[in-house]
Amino acid sequence: MTGRNALPNLISRRRLLATASAAGAVFSTAARAQKLIELPLPGGPGERQITTAFPQKGPMILQRTRPPLLETPFEVFDKGTLTPNDQFYVRWHWAVIPTRIDTEKFTLAVRGHVNQPLSLSLRDILDLPSVELVAVNQCSGNSRGFFQPRVPGGQWANGAMGNARWTGVRLKDVLDKAGVKPGAVQVRLKGMDEPVASEAPHFMKSLDIEHARDSEVMIAYAMNGEQLPLLNGFPLRLVVPGWYATYWVKMVNDIEVLDQPDTNYWTKVAYTIPDTPHASIEPGQANVRMIPINRMIPRSFVTNLASGSTMKAAAPVALRGIAFGGDCGVTQVDVSIDDGRTWRQAELGQDEGKYGFRRWQAQLTFATPGEHSFRVRCTNSNGVSQPDGPNWNPAGFMRNAVESIRIIAN
Amino acid sequence: MFRNVLPLVVILGIAAPLTGAAAPIELKSVNLDLPESDRMFPDGPGSDAINNNCLACHSAGMVLNQPAMSKDAWKSEVNKMINNYKAPVAPEDVTTIVEYLVALGEKK
Repeated sequence: MTGRNALPNLISRRRLLATASAAGAVFSTAARAQKLIELPLPGGPGERQITTAFPQKGPMILQRTRPPLLETPFEVFDKGTLTPNDQFYVRWHWAVIPTRIDTEKFTLAVRGHVNQPLSLSLRDILDLPSVELVAVNQCSGNSRGFFQPRVPGGQWANGAMGNARWTGVRLKDVLDKAGVKPGAVQVRLKGMDEPVASEAPHFMKSLDIEHARDSEVMIAYAMNGEQLPLLNGFPLRLVVPGWYATYWVKMVNDIEVLDQPDTNYWTKVAYTIPDTPHASIEPGQANVRMIPINRMIPRSFVTNLASGSTMKAAAPVALRGIAFGGDCGVTQVDVSIDDGRTWRQAELGQDEGKYGFRRWQAQLTFATPGEHSFRVRCTNSNGVSQPDGPNWNPAGFMRNAVESIRIIAN
Repeated sequence: MFRNVLPLVVILGIAAPLTGAAAPIELKSVNLDLPESDRMFPDGPGSDAINNNCLACHSAGMVLNQPAMSKDAWKSEVNKMINNYKAPVAPEDVTTIVEYLVALGEKK
């Protein structure tokens, strides 16, 4: 498959919009430039609008207006390891999202199987010891649009991910303040977003009690040194380093300690994967044991060259990109110009923390003119490498195949 | 093209700023508006049914971005909306909606 790492072409198209005057009698025309992008999704449709209509957000790929699904344009990842807040991707499940939040009135409840239920103000949170780490937040379905056969769901290219420096407090410290009772098994987090249909399941996710208390799981009040954009979960969101973003509950205002395993829809039914290597099955395969999605796996991307680019033959070309290990650090990034028969180690950039993006760079030379391709592969510190071929599952989760980039040398 | 859009942040009240203990991070109240979508499903047999039943909970965009899918696949998507997400879809409209979605894929 070609083009899955492409920096898609931007198309500019003018649309004439007829707008009626207030009186309705006189019509005028207003020319408005609408920017479009073509995502290289096999079989299409790949056309999306680039939108600047969302508050606190710069240009984003519009996947859905309501509830918002906004993808980070891939060229953003070439600028540095930290994804700017105003172009960090956005994904909401339900359409009723509070848009007015008063920091003096907001409270976070801690309740359930605890000694002392709490109602914490933002002041209470800010007074706890602060912690900071750099971590990738990646949608379970990032790159779903490249699955073949195609599967329903958000038709993302590779931009449903981002990396930020998160500042907040340990979930453990908040739980300790309430005092977890013996016999607690899970901690369930709920956000302020609500479904339109009132009987629909409120979005909630649970972590095992040991995980919730591991001192890495954080309630973040800042990303990249600023308060969270509303659409990224202002004022508080959970940060679960190394785990898929479905656990990173946004606008979290309710923490419930459970003494029984969570059976709510979003933990038990939704966001499950086949319990198979690479969460991969054959289309139509039956009797598959499903388990909740959990830890991330390694990925790597080229960021300075689009698939289909032209370069000079017999001359060195500088490549660069990003890699992440998933649930641990990056040990190695390799590139191959012979379809994966031989690999050459790329140079790694600064390590900003094991859960974050890591820069890599390499030089390649294609000796002869013509069409070529090269591959990039990340190996993480657990010794796990990206697989050569893609996985498949009906939800379109956990894609991490080695990316192949097509170029033309002349 | 990557110029920042000025955030429409409104500071509510004049209380002392909420600043972190260690990091100099100040939290300010927000009062924002999210854009609405006025996009409708393209005209065709069943477009009234899909517009009337589906747009209350989500805008049309993501549906129109889906790949071509089989009738069974669309049926299971519509049933997921009804059974899992409690979408108030009129039972007599389910078949019409599924047929509209299949036809949409054939046009792509």
